[in-house]
Amino acid sequence: MSTNTEQKPTTFIGGAANYLDERLSLGGVLKNFGRKVFPDHWSFMLGEVAMYSFVVLLISGTFLTFFYQPSMASVHYEGSYAPLKGAEMSIAYASSLDISFDIRGGLLMRQVHHWAALLFVAAAGLHMLRVFFTGAFRKPRELNWLVGFFLFLAAMGGGFTGYSLPDDLLSGNGLRIIDGMLKAIPFIGPSISSGLFGGEFPGDEIVARLYSLHIMIIPALIIVLLAVHLMMVIIHKHTHYSGPGKTDENVVGFPLMPVYVAKAGGFFFLVFGVLMAIAATFTINPIWNYGPYDPSPVSAGTQPDWYIGWLDGALRLAPSRMDVELLGVVLPFGVLLPLVISLAFLAVVAAYPFIEKWVTGDDREHHVLDRPRNAPTRTAIGAAGVMFYAVLWAGASTDLIATNFQMNLNQVLTSMQILLIIGPVIAYWVTKRACLALQRKDREIALHGRETGRVVRLPHGEYIEVHEQVDKYELWKLVDFKDYQPTLARPNAQGKITLGSKIRAALSSFYFEDRIAPVSKAEYELAHADHSPAPSVEKPKRKPRELVGKK
Amino acid sequence: MRRRPWAIGFVIFLGLVLSGGGYAAATNVVQAEVSSADQVAEGRKLFLANCASCHGSNGEGAIGGPSLIGVGAASVDFQVGTGRMPGQASGPQLYKKPVQFTEEQISAMAAYVASLAPGPAIPDAEYLRTTGDDIDMTHGSELFRINCAMCHNAVGAGGALTQGKFAPALGGVTEKHIYEAMVTGPQNMPVFNDANLTPEDKRDIIAYLKYVEEADSVGGYELASIGPVAEGLFVWIFGLGFIIAITVWLGAKAN
Repeated sequence: MSTNTEQKPTTFIGGAANYLDERLSLGGVLKNFGRKVFPDHWSFMLGEVAMYSFVVLLISGTFLTFFYQPSMASVHYEGSYAPLKGAEMSIAYASSLDISFDIRGGLLMRQVHHWAALLFVAAAGLHMLRVFFTGAFRKPRELNWLVGFFLFLAAMGGGFTGYSLPDDLLSGNGLRIIDGMLKAIPFIGPSISSGLFGGEFPGDEIVARLYSLHIMIIPALIIVLLAVHLMMVIIHKHTHYSGPGKTDENVVGFPLMPVYVAKAGGFFFLVFGVLMAIAATFTINPIWNYGPYDPSPVSAGTQPDWYIGWLDGALRLAPSRMDVELLGVVLPFGVLLPLVISLAFLAVVAAYPFIEKWVTGDDREHHVLDRPRNAPTRTAIGAAGVMFYAVLWAGASTDLIATNFQMNLNQVLTSMQILLIIGPVIAYWVTKRACLALQRKDREIALHGRETGRVVRLPHGEYIEVHEQVDKYELWKLVDFKDYQPTLARPNAQGKITLGSKIRAALSSFYFEDRIAPVSKAEYELAHADHSPAPSVEKPKRKPRELVGKK
Repeated sequence: MRRRPWAIGFVIFLGLVLSGGGYAAATNVVQAEVSSADQVAEGRKLFLANCASCHGSNGEGAIGGPSLIGVGAASVDFQVGTGRMPGQASGPQLYKKPVQFTEEQISAMAAYVASLAPGPAIPDAEYLRTTGDDIDMTHGSELFRINCAMCHNAVGAGGALTQGKFAPALGGVTEKHIYEAMVTGPQNMPVFNDANLTPEDKRDIIAYLKYVEEADSVGGYELASIGPVAEGLFVWIFGLGFIIAITVWLGAKAN
C-alpha cells in the first residue's frame, strides 16, 4: 500500500511504523479506523465498563486456574483454616480454600474475580437499559440488540457456572435448585438432569463439567459475541443524542485516535482500580463460612448471585400446591410456571426491537437517540419490565427483608406476589403520565420560555410575567423528535382486513393514541409573533466545536 | 384369680412412676448446685411478683403463659438472663431487651422453678469452654451446619421463620445462653437434648460460634455476613455507583 517511498523516516518510531506499514498495510487501517468518530456522553460508557470488567475477569481467572482443581474426589482438609481442619471435602473445595488461605494473593484474586463478575453483569444490564430507553435498538441496530441480549445471557451463564465451582454448601444448594428445575420438566426433565450431573445429583462429575463450560466454552462465546457486537458498532457508527447539527446522517464527536484511545485506556485502569479497591476491602463469597457441600444442610440466607436472583425470586413467589397429575406424570406448576414466565420475559426482551418496528412500520434508519420522554409508551413498557424484574429480584431476598426489617415472612411474600402483578401496571401508568407531562412542559418551554417569577408592571398599568426564552441549543433538544400517529387497519390486495393488521392497528393505537406532538415551526412563530426578539428555529449557522464525521 | 379393681389402678400408677421417674433420671443433667431453701423462697417471692400473672401462681401456666413445671433452671436463666422475660408484649416471638433482674434474683427464680419439677439445669462451666485440646471445632462447625444453620445462617447471622417468627443472630450471645437455648428450646427453637447432641457436641458448636465471632475477617469488611444479597446491593449501589460517577466525569465537556 505504501507507495510514497521518497520520504524516508528519520526517527526510530517512524522507521518502525514504516517497516510495519510496508509489510502489513497498517497505515490504511489506522487512517480509517483512527478517524472513526465517537460521541461523548457518560451513558455511552456503560458497555465499556462491562467490557473492562470482562478483561479483569480474564486476567484474574487465569490466575485462579493455576491453583484450582475441578475434582469432586474426597480429601481431608489440611490447610490453615482452623474450623475445617480434618473435615472431609472435595478437592475442588479444598483447593478453593487453599487459594483463599494458603496461596499468596489468592484471596485477593478470588475476590476481584467475583466482584468483577458482579460488576460485569450489572454494567451490561445497565447498558441494555440505556439502549432500550433511548431507542438505540432501532434500525439498523436490531441485530446488535440480539447479540447484546445473548451476551447478557452468556454473562449470566458464566457467572452461574463460576459460582458453583468452589463446591461449597451455598453453591451446592444453588445446583440443587437447578437440578430440581430440570427434573420438573415433564417427561424429559429427569433424563436431562442425569445427563448433566452424570447420574443422580450431586454425582461426582458436575464440577469438572461446569469448569469446562466456565473456562473455555462460555468465555469463548463471550469473546466471539463481543467481537461481533463491537464490529457492528463500527459498521453502524455510534448513535448520538439530539442537538444542533446532529442528524441521522452524521455522527458528532471526537475521533478514536487519539482522543478515545487515551480516554478508553485510562478508563480501563480506573475500572480495574475500583475493582481492586473493592476486592481488597470487602469480603465476597466467604466460602469458608459455608462449609463443604453436603446434600442435607441448607443454610438460612441461601441466595444466588444478584443476576440469578430474579429466577430464584420467581420460584419463591410462585404459589405452592399447584401440582397436577396428568397421564401418570406429576406436573409441578410451582416450578414450571416460574420457568415458563422467566423464559417468556426473556423472549419479549429479545424480540422487543422487532415488535416495535412492526407496530410503527418505520423503515428509516435512526442514529439520533430518543429522549425517553419522547417515546412515552416505550418508556412506560420499559418501566413496567424493570418493575417486574425488580419485584422478582427482591423476591429472592424475602427472608432477609423479613429478618432485617422485623417483618412477617409470609406477609412479605404475599405483598410481593401482589406487587408482581400490579406493580408493572402502576409503573406503566405512572411512567407514561410522567412522560406526557414532561413533553407538555417541554412544549410550553419551547413556545413560551421559562417562567422567571419576575412580574413587571408596564407603564400603562398592565402586569406581565417575564418569560425567559431558551437558547437555540436548548430549543433544538426540545423540539427535535419524531412524531408517530396511530395507523389504521388497512385491507390488503384481496380487500380483506387480516387479523394481523387488526392486531397491528390495535397496538399502534396503544402506542400512539396519547401523544404530544413536537412544536411545529408555524406554532413557534405564532407564539413568538408579539414577542421580541424571537430566536429563529432554523438550524444554527455556527457549527458545533466537535468534529462532524461523514456518514 | 380375683383382682380388686384398685389393684389395676395401682399397677398402672406404679408403672407410670417407674417409667416416668426413670426417664426423668436418665435424661436430666444433675443439678449443678443444690439450692438452699432460702433461695427457693426468695425466688418464689420474685416469681409471684413478676411472673405469676401469666405463668400462674404455682407456675402451672395461665392465659398467655405456658406452664413452667419441668422447664428447669436453664430455661429461666436463658429467658430472664437475656431479657426476653418478663415479656414485653405478646407476639409471634419475644425480642431481646435489657435484662430486668440481677444475677442473684435470676438464680433465685431459677432455683424456685427448678424446685417445681426436675428439668434441665444451668450448664456446668466444663461445657462452656471454648479452648482446650479436646475441643473439636471442625466437628462443631459440621454439627452447626447440619442442625442450626438452616435457621440461624452459616455464621449465625440469623434468619426468618414463618409468620413473623425468626431465628435471632448469635453474635454476642454468651456461651451459657447458647448452651441453655440448645437444651431448653426457647420460643420457636427445637430442643437439642443430650441424646441428640451430647454436652461435648454442644461445647464444640459453641467453640465454633465463638471462633467465628472473634476471628478477624480475612477478606475485609464482611457486609453483615448475609451472603450474596448484600454483595449484589453493594456492587449496584457503591461499585456501579462510583463507576458511573467516573463516567460522568469522563463524559463532561472540558470547558
